[in-house]
Amino acid sequence: MPTKVKITRKEIKATSLFKKIMAEHFLEADSASKDPNQKVAWCTSVGPAELLTAFGFKLYFPENHAAILGSVRTANDYIPIANAAGYSPDICSYLTSDIGAYIKRETPLNKIYNIESMPKPDVLVYNTNQCRDVQEWFSYYAREFNAPLVGVNAPKAIDVLEEHHINDVDDQLRAMIEPLEKISGNRYEPETLSEVVRLSLEASTLWREVLDTAANIPSPLTFFDGSIHMGPIVVMRGLQTAVDYYKILKDEMEERVKNGIAAVDNEKFRLYWDGMPIWGKLRALSEQFARLNACVVASTYCNSWIFDSFDPDNPFYGMAKAYTEIFINRSERVKEEYIAEMVKKFKIDGVIFHDSKTCPSNSNARYGMPARIRDIFGIPTLIISGDLNDLRCYSEEQTKTNIEAFIEQLEEG
Amino acid sequence: MEKIYFGGVDVGASTTKAALIDNSEYIIGSSVKKTTTNLEDLAKKVFDEALNSSKILREEVRYIIATGYGRENVNFANEMKTEIICHSKGSYHYFKDLNSSMAVVDIGGQDNKVIKLDKNGKILNFKMNRKCAAGTGAFLEEIAYKLDVPLENLNDLATKATKDLELGSYCTVFTSTEILENIKAGETKENVIKGAFISVVKRIVEMESLEGVVVMTGGVIAHNPEIGKILEKQLNVKVHIPPNPQIIGALGASLIAKEKFNNQMNQG
Repeated sequence: MPTKVKITRKEIKATSLFKKIMAEHFLEADSASKDPNQKVAWCTSVGPAELLTAFGFKLYFPENHAAILGSVRTANDYIPIANAAGYSPDICSYLTSDIGAYIKRETPLNKIYNIESMPKPDVLVYNTNQCRDVQEWFSYYAREFNAPLVGVNAPKAIDVLEEHHINDVDDQLRAMIEPLEKISGNRYEPETLSEVVRLSLEASTLWREVLDTAANIPSPLTFFDGSIHMGPIVVMRGLQTAVDYYKILKDEMEERVKNGIAAVDNEKFRLYWDGMPIWGKLRALSEQFARLNACVVASTYCNSWIFDSFDPDNPFYGMAKAYTEIFINRSERVKEEYIAEMVKKFKIDGVIFHDSKTCPSNSNARYGMPARIRDIFGIPTLIISGDLNDLRCYSEEQTKTNIEAFIEQLEEG
Repeated sequence: MEKIYFGGVDVGASTTKAALIDNSEYIIGSSVKKTTTNLEDLAKKVFDEALNSSKILREEVRYIIATGYGRENVNFANEMKTEIICHSKGSYHYFKDLNSSMAVVDIGGQDNKVIKLDKNGKILNFKMNRKCAAGTGAFLEEIAYKLDVPLENLNDLATKATKDLELGSYCTVFTSTEILENIKAGETKENVIKGAFISVVKRIVEMESLEGVVVMTGGVIAHNPEIGKILEKQLNVKVHIPPNPQIIGALGASLIAKEKFNNQMNQG
């Protein structure tokens, strides 16, 4: 009988610390929301977190909350509620699952951290660099909580990043100073912002170094590990906690490399993942790839929180540049060149494009890129149809067969 | 010399197929049955039927590969392979002498595949249809039901069509509505069925560009050869259909079984 290979998961030792600091992050935001002397800001995942931290806000990231809804597979309990409230099933399923959970007054934070509800926002701050949906998402909550909404409306699909793009965002970030001073009750202190940006840059650099360890053969970590351990770089940018955490994680990965410890036993194929994770299937996919001796070593997604352009000496300019030059906000040409560079850097055998039904901004299979990558760079590509949170858009069997067939194709040489 | 045989079992969404080959890759037996809910029993029944048709003993079959969506349920198989590689092996087996790159189009009960091969039979890339039933056997089953026509009569009726009817939408449910509108407007069943066949072909050609030798496999083409003719007309190339196109996946599986067995023998 054809037997399934049993997978032994290699626990990352830093995971216990990861869980502890993530718990502290949520508990701090929760207690800040109950303390009249503290303020809570809701921020998009690639929003100006440094600026908010510099004003003393405790941060909360709805995207992070939505990813938890996906991971614990309750997103599909809530998406239909938002659909019925007028939010289309075709728009971002982070948005629909998060708003649906809010309408039902439920949150997984309750079960995980014993937190009653999402921390009430004093301000909501977005950046449309990643997509337009975040603006609508935050607008909903601004109405619900009667809280001020500020944001950056970023120049989009940039091919060559020019000074005027950066200056535009720089101006928009500076324009936030006045409302944020009023809301926080704190004055803008340039030294504080410089220090926060310095910490953010340090954490981001360490995160890049963690991800770069995957260039080793065999790789000490997978995209699936990265999708979990990216938590602090998303929600704790600008804090010493993130810096300390990534130093520990980096040491562990380097130790694995030194001792030849592979994330996937008998690594035969090295893959690149473009697009969103399928949060509800993270474990199943991770195990399927491991069973096939295939390691998804790198991804556009995990790399998206590397911000090399942060500059403590020019914090506004650096933030404007870093948050505008991100992959998701670039032209097809830039994206294609970036993936080609990653293929080389991580010695990739094949590229998987996740075409996420409700996330067009993070789906790069729609304008012919997989065929171009295949034809120009001679590397096999596979498109998987799915979604970040809405598992109604995901076919388990079809995805499984596609992945297996892709590995069979690679095995043929 | 001792006679040895190899088997392939393809547990598809609509039908389950088995094929047996001898060492010279000649098909000595095959069987096709409708897929039911007990996949393990069914796989065994279909395989036993193929054994009966070939008049060989189970013990003489040295290696078996399972494929298809129910491949994990074939508990007597030695290994599993996907239907993608099995269809490519089965198609290449018949048309390798044409010494050309190949586009294999498999229309199954619930999914479609386009597999592109180089002239040595190596997979260059493949695509499966997206999640819906558009352009699959399930789509034609729905159309037959809506028109109250037995499934097996579709092909004959399509050949009697007097025009190429355009059905615009690709959603099976929307197409059913369009069909009702056409019937209401006095359109013949024959023309509507041909329209549905044209719709199947459209779903295929929009999946991937079809270059080189075009091969069609699967149950839909086995029972509805008119679809192959429509594709020929659309692409202006000859469409190659292997003998017994419905068992090409099972045949490919048995060819891989032979390869695997021989490799193991060579390794001692």
